[in-house]
Amino acid sequence: MTATGIGAPVKRKEDFRFITGNGHYTDDLNRPGQTYGYFVRSPHAHAKIKGIDSAVAATMPGVLSILTGKDLAADGLGPLICGWLVHSKDGNPMKVGPHPALAVDRVRYVGDHVAIVIAETYAEAKDAAEQVNVDYDVLPAVIDGAVAHRPQAPQIHDEAPRNLAFDWELGLKDETDAAFKNAAHVTRLTLANNRLIPNAMEPRAAIGEYDKGSGHTTLWTTSQNPHVARLVLSAFVQLAPENKLRVIAPDVGGGFGSKIFIYPEETVVAWASRKVGRPVKWTAERSESFLADAHGRDHHTHAELALDKDGKFLALRVKTIANLGAYLSTFASSVPTYLYGTLLSGQYAIPAIYVEVDGVYTNTAPVDAYRGAGRPEATFVVERIVEEAAREMKIDPAELRRRNFIRTFPHQTPVIMAYDIGDYEASLDKALKAIDYQGFAKRRAEAEARSKKRGIGFSAYIEACGIAPSAAVGSLGAGVGLWESAEVRVNPTGSIEVLTGSHSHGQGHETTFAQLVSDRLGVPLESIEIVHGDTDKVQFGMGTYGSRSGSVGMSAISKALDKIEAKAKKIASHLLEAAADDIVLKDGKFTVAGTDKSITFQELSLAAYVGHKFPTSEIEPGLKEGAFYDPTNFTFPAGCHICEVEIDPDTGVTRIVKFVAVDDFGTIINPMIVEGQVHGGIAQGIGQAMLEHGVYDPETGQLVTGSFMDYCMPRADDLPSFEIGMTMTKCPSNPLGMKGCGEAGAIAAPAAVINAITDALGRDIAMPTTPERVWRALNEPKLAAE
Amino acid sequence: MTAISMTVNGKAVSADVEDRTLLVHFIRDHLHLTGTHVGCDTSQCGACVVHVDGRAIKSCTMLAAQADGATVMTIEGLAKDGKLHPVQEAFREHHGLQCGFCTPGMIMTAVDIIRRKPALDEKTIREELEGNICRCTGYHNIVKAIAAAAGAKA
Repeated sequence: MTATGIGAPVKRKEDFRFITGNGHYTDDLNRPGQTYGYFVRSPHAHAKIKGIDSAVAATMPGVLSILTGKDLAADGLGPLICGWLVHSKDGNPMKVGPHPALAVDRVRYVGDHVAIVIAETYAEAKDAAEQVNVDYDVLPAVIDGAVAHRPQAPQIHDEAPRNLAFDWELGLKDETDAAFKNAAHVTRLTLANNRLIPNAMEPRAAIGEYDKGSGHTTLWTTSQNPHVARLVLSAFVQLAPENKLRVIAPDVGGGFGSKIFIYPEETVVAWASRKVGRPVKWTAERSESFLADAHGRDHHTHAELALDKDGKFLALRVKTIANLGAYLSTFASSVPTYLYGTLLSGQYAIPAIYVEVDGVYTNTAPVDAYRGAGRPEATFVVERIVEEAAREMKIDPAELRRRNFIRTFPHQTPVIMAYDIGDYEASLDKALKAIDYQGFAKRRAEAEARSKKRGIGFSAYIEACGIAPSAAVGSLGAGVGLWESAEVRVNPTGSIEVLTGSHSHGQGHETTFAQLVSDRLGVPLESIEIVHGDTDKVQFGMGTYGSRSGSVGMSAISKALDKIEAKAKKIASHLLEAAADDIVLKDGKFTVAGTDKSITFQELSLAAYVGHKFPTSEIEPGLKEGAFYDPTNFTFPAGCHICEVEIDPDTGVTRIVKFVAVDDFGTIINPMIVEGQVHGGIAQGIGQAMLEHGVYDPETGQLVTGSFMDYCMPRADDLPSFEIGMTMTKCPSNPLGMKGCGEAGAIAAPAAVINAITDALGRDIAMPTTPERVWRALNEPKLAAE
Repeated sequence: MTAISMTVNGKAVSADVEDRTLLVHFIRDHLHLTGTHVGCDTSQCGACVVHVDGRAIKSCTMLAAQADGATVMTIEGLAKDGKLHPVQEAFREHHGLQCGFCTPGMIMTAVDIIRRKPALDEKTIREELEGNICRCTGYHNIVKAIAAAAGAKA
């Protein structure tokens, strides 16, 4: 390992601009002649639009234009799309209600987009928006997925009777049913996976700018995947031809999935700039983020686990209702299906699994991928029911897991996935040691003596990342390929630009990607720039989500570096008068093996561009190579998180005494950054378990948790410091052996926390475990008895 | 409109602003100091923390007119003579930031905490950060960075 290469905890290259206030987020940018847009949003969860009267608003100071869904349709802009086609049990495709960027005759959730007011200043646009008079005919609303497809529920889209977008299944139904008949024990669990609101700290923002002369539109936007945005906006929404549309995602302040999607606001702002002939800027207020960013999770699930008398798992049967919100967001259909059902085998050999998922529309914000996307939901089902089974059968929960771990690889599960490698016992053992599992009984007794309740909970999670061979996801319904691209440009002076289709919004790619290049070429980090987030610079890319930037994005860079090295060696062979096969690249020098004849990387770079000393008829001048990398399999990060809690029965306040995470991410490029990713993921997982809940009023469909005053974001004093450990099995399917680390914490933590709290309480409890809920869980049975 | 003057990062500035202009908007839109961020609309997140007359305040909670005559320091004014402030150094050293959006407010708050509190243990740091939200780091490394910077001062 070199000081800056693979495995080194290098300090981040990107930090300087952020700690000095010199980052460039979208809202920090201003364009000459810029105007401001403000959206008129529906105050109702469900209503017909009878008319929009903007006559008064149009006369207000500074107002330039007020545009509605009719204007959008008149210009030929199509609806937003869902990019993953899921099929129902009967083979029919999912039922998609149209999703116009501005509503035409109906609004379907509070915050739905009705019109945009464009004015000289933001305040003028907002003032005028208040004077746009929309005549609504209010309709009954339904917000609960479990209620939405009852016969009497309000109908949200004509295309989807009883609000059912799809009823999907996966696995072995008959084998599963048969296994339950022969089971010695069946554990049953009904649970809810609470709705979360992502809340990246930077609110979404966009600036659209249309150049009349060239016909080019530029969109600056808070996107995790600018190329996908450009593709969707050109090919499907018909905003502009792809070659006339540039999408730039500059510094982006966190995403967690919520900035993958192609939203109405960005679409409208880009189009509106053409209408008014000036740049249009929109920045979400946090209240708008709450209303109109895609939410996450929101499942109702019933699960059953069949075991034999020794605790061996025989079968798992799962039935889930997934709340999709009012419209199908960009990847909404894939999250509760192929990113969920496929992970229900967990780390265990389960011979038969059968899962059914009903995806239903409700009058709520669209639900789509949020950190983990389907895999936290799957892990919560598996790890909760395994823990419950252990308690019912009075088998130590670590021991029950051990009895059922998959130990031989590759392992084909009954739900599509073929796990390539892992060592689940290694992470369990390391986590047990770190939490001092042996000493828990003593600690519990000691807490009991202080009238406190202690509990301990496990989560032995698995996830599928680096999604995945393009042909495989295509066969499952994905509308895109999921490869990644890279271009490595060596400059004549030997400095390097790497253009990547991945996008960094906190993950530290500018550092880790540079570490890979430094490791391979021996070039110092300062000489390497990572270029991303601009469709005019990077030709194409699939962006960053699903913990894919290491295993897929860096694999593409690695492939391009192979080509650079091969060409450089050919050039070096002429410069050093030796066979290319005899040239060795080490420590930034090309050397003829076994001699002291060498040339530095910088000297070679210059030679490549001047082209004086090698036959340019055989070898083209210059040193620039590109690569597209398509994975051959998913990657399977896995590990074991253990949480220990102490509850004060008088107040219901739960304190996390210790949280241990042991993860196997394969090869690690920068342990400092990887640990940071785990910390953040755990915090979001603990947030889901104990604090966060997106709540709609069931009668009116109003978002009750519409600000940071009502929606409890984890604060520093809600969380402990975490103890992080690693184990390593190298991923066999990509050149670097990487698996991905971005989502593990959010996937693993909720089950660990809830298993600990239910252990302490001796009964089930719903997330989030607020002090009130915990107090009720402890005291209501007692009060009822009295 | 209101005429205001103040000193921002050591420089005298003055402007005519709409009465309703918040200090954060004055800093971002009039002075083009965009390191101070807006992350919410309820004074919860702390991305907009700056120092006014030496005290940390949320600049979204103060009218620009209220800062008339004040001395304001934003994140851009923290490094002196090209040298990072020890808290800035500590955030980099301990990986106390990821996306960087909450970072300016976190750093300005941290400087204020260290100024006010002679002794800082982990519990105190966590309590003092109540008004600053980070979604990326889980606070683990922010707490470490502040503890390290406080230790360096002592």
